[in-house]
Amino acid sequence: MAAHLKKRVYEEFTKVVQQQHEDLSTKKLRLTKPSKSAALHVDLCKATSPADALQYLLQFARKPVEVESVEGVVRILLEHYYKENDASVRLKIASLLGLLSKTAGFSPDCIMDDAINTLQNEKSHQVLAQLLDTLLVIGTKLPESPSVRMRLVEVACKHLTDSSHGVRNKCLQLIGCLGPVEKGVAKEAESQAAKDVQKIIGDHFNDQDPRVRTAAIKAMLQLHERGLKLQQAIYGQACKLLADDYEQVRSAAVQLIWVLSQLYPESIVPIPSSNEEIRLVDDAFGKICHMVSDGSWVVRVQAAKLLGSMQQVSSHFLEQTLDKKLMSDLRRKRTAHERAKELYSSGEFSSGRKWGDDAPKEEIDTGAVNLIESGACGAFVHGLEDEMYEVRIAAVEALCMLAQSSPSFAEKCLDFLVDMFNDEIEEVRLQSIHTMRKISNNITLREDQLDTVLAVLEDSSRDIREALHELLCCTNVSTKEGIHLALVELLKNLTKYPTDRESIWKCLKFLGSRHPTLVLPLVPELLSTHPFFDTPEPDMDDPAYIAVLVLIFNAAKSCPTMPALFSDHTFRHYAYLRDSLSHLVPPLRLPGRKLVSSAVSPTMTPHEDPSQQFLHQSLERVYNFQHLDPRGIQELLEFTIRDLQRLGELQSELAGMADFTATYLQCQLLLIKALQEKLWNVAAPLYLKQNALASAAAKQILEETYKMEFMYSGVESRQVVIIHHMRLQAKALQLIVTARTTRGVEPLFGMCEKFLQEVDSFQRCFISELPHMQGSFVDKLLDLMPRLVTSKPSEVVKILQTTLRQSTFLHLPLPEQLHRATANIIEPTGESDNPLRFTSGLVVALDVDATLEHVQDPQGTVKVQVLYPDGQAQLIHPKPADFRNPGPGRHRLITQVYLSHTAWTEPCQIEVRLLLAYNSNRSKASTRIPKSTWSESLEALPPSENGIEGTIPFSKPVKVYIMPKPARR
Amino acid sequence: MPEIKVTPLGAGQDVGRSCILVSIAGKNVMLDCGMHMGYNDDRRFPDFSYITQNGRLTDFLDCVIISHFHLDHCGALPYFSEMVGYDGPIYMTHPTKAICPILLEDYRKITVDKKGETNFFTSQMIKDCMKKVVAVHLHQTVQVDEELEIKAYYAGHVLGAAMFQIKVGCESVVYTGDYNMTPDRHLGAAWIDKCRPDLLISESTYATTIRDSKRCRERDFLKKVHETVERGGKVLIPVFALGRAQELCILLETFWERMNLKAPIYFSTGLTEKANHYYKLFITWTNQKIRKTFVQRNMFEFKHIKAFDRAFADNPGPMVVFATPGMLHAGQSLQIFRKWAGNEKNMVIMPGYCVQGTVGHKILSGQRKLEMEGRQILEVKMQVEYMSFSAHADAKGIMQLIRQAEPRNVLLVHGEAKKMEFLKQKIEQEFHVSCFMPANGETTTILTNPCIPVDISLGLLKRETAIGPLPDAKKPKLMHGTLLMKDNSFRLVSPEQALKELGLAEHQLRFTCRVHIQDPRKEHETVLRVYNHLKGILKDYSVQHLPDGSITVESILIQATAHSEDQGTKVLLVSWTYQDEELGSYLTSLLKKGLPQS
Repeated sequence: MAAHLKKRVYEEFTKVVQQQHEDLSTKKLRLTKPSKSAALHVDLCKATSPADALQYLLQFARKPVEVESVEGVVRILLEHYYKENDASVRLKIASLLGLLSKTAGFSPDCIMDDAINTLQNEKSHQVLAQLLDTLLVIGTKLPESPSVRMRLVEVACKHLTDSSHGVRNKCLQLIGCLGPVEKGVAKEAESQAAKDVQKIIGDHFNDQDPRVRTAAIKAMLQLHERGLKLQQAIYGQACKLLADDYEQVRSAAVQLIWVLSQLYPESIVPIPSSNEEIRLVDDAFGKICHMVSDGSWVVRVQAAKLLGSMQQVSSHFLEQTLDKKLMSDLRRKRTAHERAKELYSSGEFSSGRKWGDDAPKEEIDTGAVNLIESGACGAFVHGLEDEMYEVRIAAVEALCMLAQSSPSFAEKCLDFLVDMFNDEIEEVRLQSIHTMRKISNNITLREDQLDTVLAVLEDSSRDIREALHELLCCTNVSTKEGIHLALVELLKNLTKYPTDRESIWKCLKFLGSRHPTLVLPLVPELLSTHPFFDTPEPDMDDPAYIAVLVLIFNAAKSCPTMPALFSDHTFRHYAYLRDSLSHLVPPLRLPGRKLVSSAVSPTMTPHEDPSQQFLHQSLERVYNFQHLDPRGIQELLEFTIRDLQRLGELQSELAGMADFTATYLQCQLLLIKALQEKLWNVAAPLYLKQNALASAAAKQILEETYKMEFMYSGVESRQVVIIHHMRLQAKALQLIVTARTTRGVEPLFGMCEKFLQEVDSFQRCFISELPHMQGSFVDKLLDLMPRLVTSKPSEVVKILQTTLRQSTFLHLPLPEQLHRATANIIEPTGESDNPLRFTSGLVVALDVDATLEHVQDPQGTVKVQVLYPDGQAQLIHPKPADFRNPGPGRHRLITQVYLSHTAWTEPCQIEVRLLLAYNSNRSKASTRIPKSTWSESLEALPPSENGIEGTIPFSKPVKVYIMPKPARR
Repeated sequence: MPEIKVTPLGAGQDVGRSCILVSIAGKNVMLDCGMHMGYNDDRRFPDFSYITQNGRLTDFLDCVIISHFHLDHCGALPYFSEMVGYDGPIYMTHPTKAICPILLEDYRKITVDKKGETNFFTSQMIKDCMKKVVAVHLHQTVQVDEELEIKAYYAGHVLGAAMFQIKVGCESVVYTGDYNMTPDRHLGAAWIDKCRPDLLISESTYATTIRDSKRCRERDFLKKVHETVERGGKVLIPVFALGRAQELCILLETFWERMNLKAPIYFSTGLTEKANHYYKLFITWTNQKIRKTFVQRNMFEFKHIKAFDRAFADNPGPMVVFATPGMLHAGQSLQIFRKWAGNEKNMVIMPGYCVQGTVGHKILSGQRKLEMEGRQILEVKMQVEYMSFSAHADAKGIMQLIRQAEPRNVLLVHGEAKKMEFLKQKIEQEFHVSCFMPANGETTTILTNPCIPVDISLGLLKRETAIGPLPDAKKPKLMHGTLLMKDNSFRLVSPEQALKELGLAEHQLRFTCRVHIQDPRKEHETVLRVYNHLKGILKDYSVQHLPDGSITVESILIQATAHSEDQGTKVLLVSWTYQDEELGSYLTSLLKKGLPQS
């Protein structure tokens, strides 16, 4: 890639090259392939001046060089290199050497000696640096020869004393990348040069040039990445580097300290200027905390980020990061957070602050106050208050990671996170809300904190509000007032932003089911029931009322005493909502009513779940049908498919599984039906009609297999094999049908060959799965393969037909989790009778809002399709930024679709739907099999297999009424 | 020893009337020229007669630097330049230059027109004074004269506030003015590079305070305003025209925007409008958020904040009004306060400190019945809130700045003596640098150890560094050469060149030494023994036995003769030049030990 980029750069710089000449040379290239090196040689000899030679080299760099001629080219370049006096040309040659040795398939060990030799006499520092770079490339290309590497490292060590920073830089880089990592190798090579790479690099921590210092630290980090265990001794050196004048050095040093703290967390280091000792990880934590108030924001970001991953730090240190030790006039002061907590615990809520309310209390011993060396003290307080939002985001992320591992810390950092909800940058607010959601299992919100959280519900940004709903879904609230407060604020939100309806209902569902006991005392008030008087029946269509009911019904699910408080109309409303909003309202055990689905009791584990059992039993039955007569098989399949589909509707958890198997059985059914057609017995051309049925079946099976492969998340390789197998069968069917219906053998040749290629690639892709497929279509086919390859198309077809009939039905194993990708278009609703009017020829923007579930990589796959009444279809790729990710497995698409059309006489409806695009290249099968086989199979894959792309519609189409008006003149 | 002298004329162990004199390497610089808010007599201005009794100030001062536009830092400027008389350059940043005259004019109006003082500077004087001002950019190095240069750093605090580095040769002083290490809604945090000045003069208003996070305060403020507005009440926020007012405006404006609120916000007109105009202009001086978003919309082009008209105060419904002055002692804020005080739905938020005796102070201390002029009794039913928004660095911030700049000495001004004492002790303890806190008129002298730059030719430098190991930046390196002091410049040249330039002939200095050795053998045998001995020891040097019977070690000559009296004693003559002193003395000591017995 780098080589390619470089070429691009050169291309842009060298626009002056004569066009004519280039045309000639490209022609030449094609005619005389092997003499490429010779051409270069001639060119270089022709060059009269260094500038000329440089031009030739630049031109040369643009063209790819074949593997066979690399060595020859290198020789010529080297020859010229020795003759050349101009440093810039030598520099270019050196860089070309590096580029050439990157050529795939070329082993650069043959040119290494020469490359090293060139180093000896070189005077120019720039060229030296470039040559070392080339050596680095060569070294990385030869990972399996430690001796070569040792030699290169030695060369680099020799040049470490160079006076130019560039050369020293490259040397250190080379040592970092190629230095021996295993202890054994170092000892073996002791005789040559007993060199401790770490020590050599460590010596350059004090280099006079900051760039070299940075390179030294980076080289050390590189060694660490390659698996060398760094010595603890460099910790002291690294700590000194934290006070360096240059930000790159400090930034790299912070990383190094972090690495060391992860390597030696438990070793003990002394605290300077005292006799005490502390754990290294604590010391490092303190030091990195210190860097959060560094002068350069790059370092601050780096430090804040790394803090998050230091989980071994002791809690005592961790909690200091949130404590700034406030004082005023030398007297200890409580933070606003502490005061708020106190107010809350004293029973008084939300008092106005008085003048002097925060008056400091206790005197502080002046000697004991440490203003700066306190290390971890208040690091996060500083980080969260930082000027740059990058630092604040990093701090919030770090806070999140630390809080996830330490519940007590989570409790403490809550106040700070809540404060971040008021940050001036939306990104930071969003991030802190997400963080809070992630740690919400560890915390319970106090009422005053809840108050602040809820205040954000009025935010005008939809993302923020939805993130907050998401947060409230999984928050623990401590009091019934808290629940009430949340409900009131959510209802306020609902009136202000009616579009949030769905999200708020969902939020209340979880709020209710999480806190049944807290909701219970609120019920009379919420339903405004009265012990003596009948109250008017609320409006059933009021979203706010529905919201209240959702809360109550979900709470009632685990609180059997609650329904006693309901009035008559509440029960009616329950029945209505249970039907219309079944995803929000749970089944309730109501007095005097039959429980809708009494079979499901929450105590059962999923394995004992009867519906799951049912699923498995019915599948079991299907797989044992071998001994049934064909009619029986068909009937059994039909029944089972129907059962499964119904099961999927009833049990949302099993919907994916049921649909998946039903689709598979459907494919099998179609296959059986097609094979039982009478047409197979009669001369083909007479039965065009039946044959249409068979080919339609083949087509449908193909479609269904693509759906099975790409629409479900959680499909494993075991399933993919079966799916591909089914597809192969469908293709065989297609082949047979065409063979029957078309006259002449000419077209069949191509088809047969293609089919055999597919069988071949199937075998290659799924070689590991083949043993499980005894007696299947492909198994038999592979046995007959030698015969198939040699025989004529007509015979092939015949063989195929018989194998297809004889093959057994493969058992489809079910994965643990299987979810079908679904999409639901929320906006446009498709209910409007008012057409969207716009002038023809201009565009109108249609807001599309949809929720997607279980879609992997929606940015790449989800498309919007618009169908016009004239049959014209338009495919729109939404921008990646239009997708939001509110929770795991869920996505939300909020985008605008531009419509345009010529004038119509009257309004008409267009259809909008979402499509899932797939590409068989990105097939799950190919990504799952091990890397090595993958690359092989990729190269060997026939081109036909590479490019099957298609789309699957996966949402209900929505109709939009539009009316393009003719333009007024 | 060279020294830096610092004399505060104001702000020494005190707040207000900032004015500090610095003499550095023969240059005299005045830092800030402020007035004191607490006095109305002569004490309100610094005592400029300290600088010179008679004679023009221009002759004694090389330049004046103003850190920011607050009156306690620039209030005495027209008096100083026009009435006392100073014609030299005055340096300030662009925003300060723009806003400073507005404030000075306002100050003049209040003193002359309202209080009726005479003998005060006039509008014309302000204009004339501003003509002497040279505006500087951030991080721009300005050459005041050939040796004196100054450089501005960002200081936060208010728009255009800057810290200044004053540098003469290798000696430098950094003056912070007022600064803020935590960013706020409209300004960033102060920043300085590791410039390692000889002296850092820092403000120390909050020397003994470590402040709480700003967010709580902001949140409280917003919540209170929001609640009152939702209740239908009116909120009065008395502010001073510049500085905090803009921060609060931005705060409310963004909040209104975020929360989609509709209640009107008003800002009482006057100089604020003019000032807001400048805030719009100097976007580069504001914080990250405002700088990043101004392409879409300039944050100071308020959408929700409109100009206030007197008649609006009687409008029904909720509203928020910013009105001057900040302590409710007169003017529009007091008028509005009187109108609204009777309703318990309303609220007044005091965003800053109030001087004793003002209405603001009274209501903050809990007084609910106020006696107004004309013996009226005003009952205060509205809620009274206090929110402190101040933009000075706290103790931690000051320490942080010191850590960033790494000065050799620190001097504290602009704070109370008792509090300074604490901070001084802390600074000395933790940074191990000396710290000073002079009172007004007291001179502090700081000895410096400036480095003296010497020119060296590249050839000589390369030659010298090539000897021995690589040069290390952290360690001094010994070099040989001749120091030439000529025409006020220092040059290090090679001895040959020095001789040539000075027209002197070269003299050779040679040391000779005789060493007696007990050796009965013949002379040439002795020589041979000496030769073998030296050859054995001095492996790295070229030891030669010359045909004339002498030995050379590098350029050192050794000859042996028999002692005239005692043939058993040989006399070795060792002779070396001054340049070879090291080797020569080593050789003699070696030979004095005698030859090994063979």
